[in-house]
Amino acid sequence: MKSEHLPIIEVKDLYVNFYTYAGVVKAIDGVSFTIYRGETYCLVGETGCGKSVTAKSLTKLIRPPGRIEKGQVLYYREPGKEPIDLLGLSEEELRRIRGAEISYIFQDPSASLDPLYNIGYQISETMYDHGLISSIKEGFLKAVDILKSVLMPDPETRVKNYPHELSGGMKQRAVIGISLSNNPRLVIADEPTTALDATVQDQIMDLLKKLKKEKNLTVLLITHNMGLVADMCDRVAVMYAGRIVEEADIYELFKNPLHPYTKALLKAVPNPVKKIDKLESIPGTVPNLIYPPPGCRFHPRCQYAMEKCKSERPPEIWVSSTHRVSCWLYS
Amino acid sequence: MKCMSTPLVKVVDLKKYFPVKGIFFTKGYVKAVDGVNFEIYKGKTLGLVGESGCGKTTVGKLVLRLLKPTSGKALFEGKDIFKLRGKELKEFRKKAQMVFQDPYSSLNPRMTIFDTIYEPIKIYKIKVSDPEKFVVELLYRVGLNESHLYRYPHEFSGGQRQRIAIARILALNPEFIVLDEPTSALDVSVQAQILNLLKDLQKKMDLTYLFISHDLGVVRYMSDYIAVMYLGQIVEYGPAEEVFEKPLHPYTKALFSAIPIPDPEITRKREKLRVPGEPPSPINPPSGCRFHPRCPFRQEICNREEPEFIEYEKGHYVKCHLYSRK
Repeated sequence: MKSEHLPIIEVKDLYVNFYTYAGVVKAIDGVSFTIYRGETYCLVGETGCGKSVTAKSLTKLIRPPGRIEKGQVLYYREPGKEPIDLLGLSEEELRRIRGAEISYIFQDPSASLDPLYNIGYQISETMYDHGLISSIKEGFLKAVDILKSVLMPDPETRVKNYPHELSGGMKQRAVIGISLSNNPRLVIADEPTTALDATVQDQIMDLLKKLKKEKNLTVLLITHNMGLVADMCDRVAVMYAGRIVEEADIYELFKNPLHPYTKALLKAVPNPVKKIDKLESIPGTVPNLIYPPPGCRFHPRCQYAMEKCKSERPPEIWVSSTHRVSCWLYS
Repeated sequence: MKCMSTPLVKVVDLKKYFPVKGIFFTKGYVKAVDGVNFEIYKGKTLGLVGESGCGKTTVGKLVLRLLKPTSGKALFEGKDIFKLRGKELKEFRKKAQMVFQDPYSSLNPRMTIFDTIYEPIKIYKIKVSDPEKFVVELLYRVGLNESHLYRYPHEFSGGQRQRIAIARILALNPEFIVLDEPTSALDVSVQAQILNLLKDLQKKMDLTYLFISHDLGVVRYMSDYIAVMYLGQIVEYGPAEEVFEKPLHPYTKALFSAIPIPDPEITRKREKLRVPGEPPSPINPPSGCRFHPRCPFRQEICNREEPEFIEYEKGHYVKCHLYSRK
C-alpha cells in the first residue's frame, strides 16, 4: 500500500462515557488507531463493544447521555498538511465537514431516509446544503447521475420515488448515493448491509468496492460479520468491551491471530465452505460496561488468564510494524 | 437403520395463501408457501434456508399446526396433523415444540424462570414429585443452575434466555423441535454455545430438528439435510454435504456465492455467480420458474412452464429446467 505513510484520520486515546440511570457506562476506554488514505479500515466486534460509538465520535455525533471525555481525532484534510482536531471544532464547523468531507452510511436505510421527501430531493438537499449546487432543481439532474453511479435500476423514474416505493437494496443504494454526493474523502459505513438479504448484501458490497476504486475513497467499515471483513478490508481492528484488542493487516489477522479473543472469535464463526465437527465457543458473556472487569477486560472469559491480567491493563504491543495486540501473553 | 424406513415428519404439497384484503373483497393472495414437500427422519436435522420473505417461518408454523394450511398434508408419525382431534392433538402438541428467534419476546417478563419452565408441566397435568428438583435438573441440562431459579427474564443475557426457552420445551420431553432462527439475535461467541448445546441435546435425547435460518454457515454446521427455499417453494433439497459441495439450482449457487467467507484468501479469489435484483413480491410471483427474472441461465421455457421437482441424483432434488430427468 503506497499510501502507508499518509494518514487521513488519527484517533488518539479516545474515552466515551454514557451517563445512564443505572450508572456510568464506560463505552470507549482508550481507543487509538490510524486510518490511511485510500484504504478500507475495519472495526469488528460483537454487540456493545463500542464500534458504532467510536465511528460516531469521530465527528462528535454522540448525543447525551453520552459524552466524549477525552481524546483527539486528528483529521488530515490535505495529505502532509497540519491536521485539525475534530473534537475541538464548533458544531457549525463540524457541520461543514460532516456529509461533505466525512460522510456516513448507516445500518437501516429506511431509517436514514425521510419518508416525506422523494429520493431526488434528499440527494439534492445534501449537495445544496454544502454549496455544491445553487438550486434544488439543478440537484435533480445531478441526482439522476448519482443514482446511475450507484447502479440504481431505472434512475430517471426512481429519482421521483419516495422511500416506501423502493426495496431495501434500492434504499441503501440511494443512501450510498447521498453520502457520496459531495465527493467525501472518508466514508464511514456502519453495518451497511446488516438489514439486507444475502444476495443484496453482495450487490451492495460489490458497489462499495467499485465506487471506492473509482473515486479513490477511504472507507471505515464497521461490522460484526467476519466474512465481510475478510472480503472488504485492508486492515482490521478487533474491539472488545470498549477497547481495541488487536489490529493487523487483514491476511495477517486471519492467518496469525494473537489475542485469545480474536482466536476464539475466528473459531466460533461457522464457515459455510468447510465441514466443521465441533464449533469452539467462548464461555460466558460480554461484560456489563458499567462495572467493567479490572485489568484486561477479556480476562474473565480467557482461558490463558494470569494473575496479572486481573489487575493491570495490558499495554499495546507491536509484534510487527503492522500488527499490534493488547495482551499480557506477548509482553 | 430401521428408523430410516418411515420419516417422523413428512410434508406433502403444503400450501398457505394469506389473503390481501381490499375494501370490499379480497384483492389477491400472498403465496407464502406454495407446494412444499419434504421429509425429516428421526434424530436428524433438516436445515431450511432462504432469504427473508421466502416463507421459511410459515413452513415452520405449519408443521406445528400453528397455522391452518390452504391445502396439503403434514404427517407426524404417519398421521395427518391437520386432522388430529382431542387427545391425539394434545399429544402431538406435547411432542412437537418450537424455539423462537427472539428470546426477549418469547419469555413472559412477569414470570420467574421456575414458573416459566414449570408451566407446561401444569398444563399437561404431569405428575412430578419434586417440582423444584425437576426444574433444576432441566436448568443443568441447558447449562444453567439452581441460582437462576427464582429470577426474572430481564436479569439474563440473550444467550441465557435462549437456554431458558430451550429448557422450557425440554420439560415435556419433545421429539420434534422447530428452531426458527434460534441464534440470529445472538452474538457469534454466544451463538456457538447455543448451537453446541442444541447438538448435544439432539444426540442425548434423539431429537429431530427443523432448523430454519438464513445463515448458511450455521445451517451447514447443524444440518443433515438441506432445503433451499425461494418465494414459497423448495428449489433444492438433499443431503447437506452434497448440496453444499455440489449445488445444482442457480439460486442455490448464487446464494452460496453471495455469502462472504471468513477467510480472505478464499473469499477474494473464488468465482461468484452474481444475480441481479431482489426477490419479487410473493403476491404476484413470476410465471413459470419463479427465479427466472433473475436467473443468468434462463431459457425460453423458463417463463412459460414451472419446472418439476425431480430427483437429479440419489436423494438430491432440484426444481430447474436445466436438469432434465435422468
